[in-house]
Amino acid sequence: MTLNPEYILQVFNLTKSFSGIKALEGVQLNVRRGEVHAIMGENGAGKSTFMKILMGLLQADAGQVFFEGEELRHSSVHEALKRGISMIHQEILMVPELTVAQNIFLGRENALWLKDHVNDQEAATLLAQLGMKLNPRTKMKYLSVAEMQMVEIAKAISNNAKVIIMDEPTSAISDKEVDALFKIIRDLKGQGVAILYISHKMNEIYEITDTITVLRDGKYIGTKSTKDIDNKSLIAMMVGREIESLFPPALASKGEVLLEVKNLSSKGKFEDISFEVRAGEVLGLAGLMGAGRTEIARAIFGLDAFDRGEIWLKGQKVTIKSPQEAIKVGIGYVSEDRKGLGFIPGLSVKQNISLSSLRRHSKRGLLQSKSEEEIASRTISELKIKASSMEQKVRYLSGGNQQKVVIGKVLQASPEVVILDEPTRGIDIGAKSEIYKLIRDLTARGMAVVMISSELPEILGMSDRILVLSQGKQTALFAKEEASQETIMRYAMHE
Amino acid sequence: MKNTFKINTRGLGQYGIFVAFVLICLLLSFITPKFLTVSNWTIIITQVSINALLAFGVTFVIITGGIDLSLGSVVAVTGVVAASMAHPETYPVVVPILVGILAGVSMGALNGLVITKSKVPPFIVTLGMMTIGRGLALILSKGRPISNLSDEFNFIGGGQILGIPLPIIILIIAFVICSIILKKTVLGRYIYAVGGNEQAAKASGIRVNKVKMAVYTLCGGLAALAGILLTSRITTGQPNAGVGFELDAIAAAIIGGTSTSGGTGTMTGTLIGALLIGVISNGLDLLNVTSYYQQVVMGAIIIGAVVLDSWNQSSQK
Repeated sequence: MTLNPEYILQVFNLTKSFSGIKALEGVQLNVRRGEVHAIMGENGAGKSTFMKILMGLLQADAGQVFFEGEELRHSSVHEALKRGISMIHQEILMVPELTVAQNIFLGRENALWLKDHVNDQEAATLLAQLGMKLNPRTKMKYLSVAEMQMVEIAKAISNNAKVIIMDEPTSAISDKEVDALFKIIRDLKGQGVAILYISHKMNEIYEITDTITVLRDGKYIGTKSTKDIDNKSLIAMMVGREIESLFPPALASKGEVLLEVKNLSSKGKFEDISFEVRAGEVLGLAGLMGAGRTEIARAIFGLDAFDRGEIWLKGQKVTIKSPQEAIKVGIGYVSEDRKGLGFIPGLSVKQNISLSSLRRHSKRGLLQSKSEEEIASRTISELKIKASSMEQKVRYLSGGNQQKVVIGKVLQASPEVVILDEPTRGIDIGAKSEIYKLIRDLTARGMAVVMISSELPEILGMSDRILVLSQGKQTALFAKEEASQETIMRYAMHE
Repeated sequence: MKNTFKINTRGLGQYGIFVAFVLICLLLSFITPKFLTVSNWTIIITQVSINALLAFGVTFVIITGGIDLSLGSVVAVTGVVAASMAHPETYPVVVPILVGILAGVSMGALNGLVITKSKVPPFIVTLGMMTIGRGLALILSKGRPISNLSDEFNFIGGGQILGIPLPIIILIIAFVICSIILKKTVLGRYIYAVGGNEQAAKASGIRVNKVKMAVYTLCGGLAALAGILLTSRITTGQPNAGVGFELDAIAAAIIGGTSTSGGTGTMTGTLIGALLIGVISNGLDLLNVTSYYQQVVMGAIIIGAVVLDSWNQSSQK
């Protein structure tokens, strides 16, 4: 252990356990002033635990953290913020009933009395810097997720911090906003601010970071200069093995048309959307935030009404007015909002899987645990869900396994068409490859898959055909071979 | 543009209760001429003052997402403690007042301490304190009412300044101070933040436990004030006083638009909530409706207020 004045932040031997299970073991880190330092690793590698310890949200069991040459023994966020460490939290941490400005300055009101008018002006300036036109007096609860994330970013940078931790800052924002963020990051770098950057998006890592530290299973694996490491060896460091091909090959032959959408329109959301999906096929829906992809999925699934258009299933026109009706005709939907709409964290894997099909596992209202358990264990083995048992609460599973539970639940209704909305959002690369295999399995079983995704490599790797949307209109339909990231982007930004 | 529209409708819940209040007052003044008189309103507000003080305190607590069920017992303990020191020609009148308030503040602080240190839900902790407090009041008074209080002490609840009953003056002062705390001070902002999203508050560097300590202590203090007012008005320290008061106070806060899930609520709303309860029970008295029916009406109003509020909330979405 040697202290080096070149580094603003040095971490030695950090260890942390949760109820006997080691989340971090002997982790180290050296961060220079003015560098963007990526912390990489699969989910469960310990990145968030690590960052939360630096931020004072958790206490380490052992190890030392030196900030500007002084040992940090702070036990609170308050102290960390005061010293000059701030954080953009992955789960957007905002108070819905307070205004944008009140949220940005929350916790930093100096005196006894509030000075909202001053803060409103400062907030407006800050947001303008980030390219946002937001009224600082708007209550947080009226903002979109993207806007909330931008406010979270504004809050972190407004603290005049010397180290800013960014935990998946771009998970909910569009490319334009990412550009604004990256410009800010470069400015901050110039001022000597160090950034700890966590992201699953490889292109961002290569674009913005200088150094990469990799964690795996709570252990320190290594630190590399970003320009010295290629994608493949980085992934190998993260997963501990090489993933030969992330995307399993598509099925060679497709079956009949299962779902056909004709001129679907909903005022203000999308217009004249027409496509078809065949059995065994994956149709990718690409587009920027606000292009209307999720809205289309919700309309097909009966969650929202639409104005015009028709939905056909296996050559039959169907009317879908509610999710129940959609399920009945054979449509399944896995929402992008996994936590909000997907699963119930306090219930077990078994209970979540059987949740929407309980009637089949009951007689005269009494649950038949045998049939429920049978289905649960079959689903667990089919989808390769990693859980200590079917009785484990879904809350304690990793993101990838939670997603599998949600998909497992949807499959209980034996759908023929499955709509997957951002199926791998926030999931690490090892689990991603398993979800991709699972999607291929679904098509091999004769289902048609509609996959909405904001990650272009995923769209290109998984889709047989790609429908590109821009501002609610479909702008292009590619066969997989015709498409590239550039062409998709061009049509996604089509006015 | 969407936002400005929404902002315009955001206070509807509060206006709703205000409109209901005005309508009921109008209705009552048509039905019975005795209703809209200065003397009747003096009675209403004097009667409301104790519940309003309790409701102000519990509003702070509910906004942080908590609850305080021990208020009625705090009222009793405070009353007994203050009364035992308020006999004529013993201590000056400030002594029973200050010691009484100290008793309430300590009980509130103890609530806060246990809630923040043990992570036991406030419902359970304050339920326990409710029983403990009642026991303490009985122990301290040996189960008997404490009467023979000094005239100075009895002036608090029965006296007038410039023709205005002192309870009304106390009510107004408490209302102004509580409103300022909630709207103008940093503590007030933190109270909203903790109730709105505790994790976000923590991540913003707010010492959430301190905020919770503050609200339960404040709530205990206001309950003590209410206890002193009550004791002085009935000129006796009653160990059985205040039974069920916490529920009336919570009802006033809820009718006034404070959400039990935390993060929202105003003192003005709570004041109107308390006045509404007072006006309705006064009106039903004037109309010779028995108190049995009054309870049924009051319960229906509580549920109705929350239903209206939730409709209003969902129409905003």
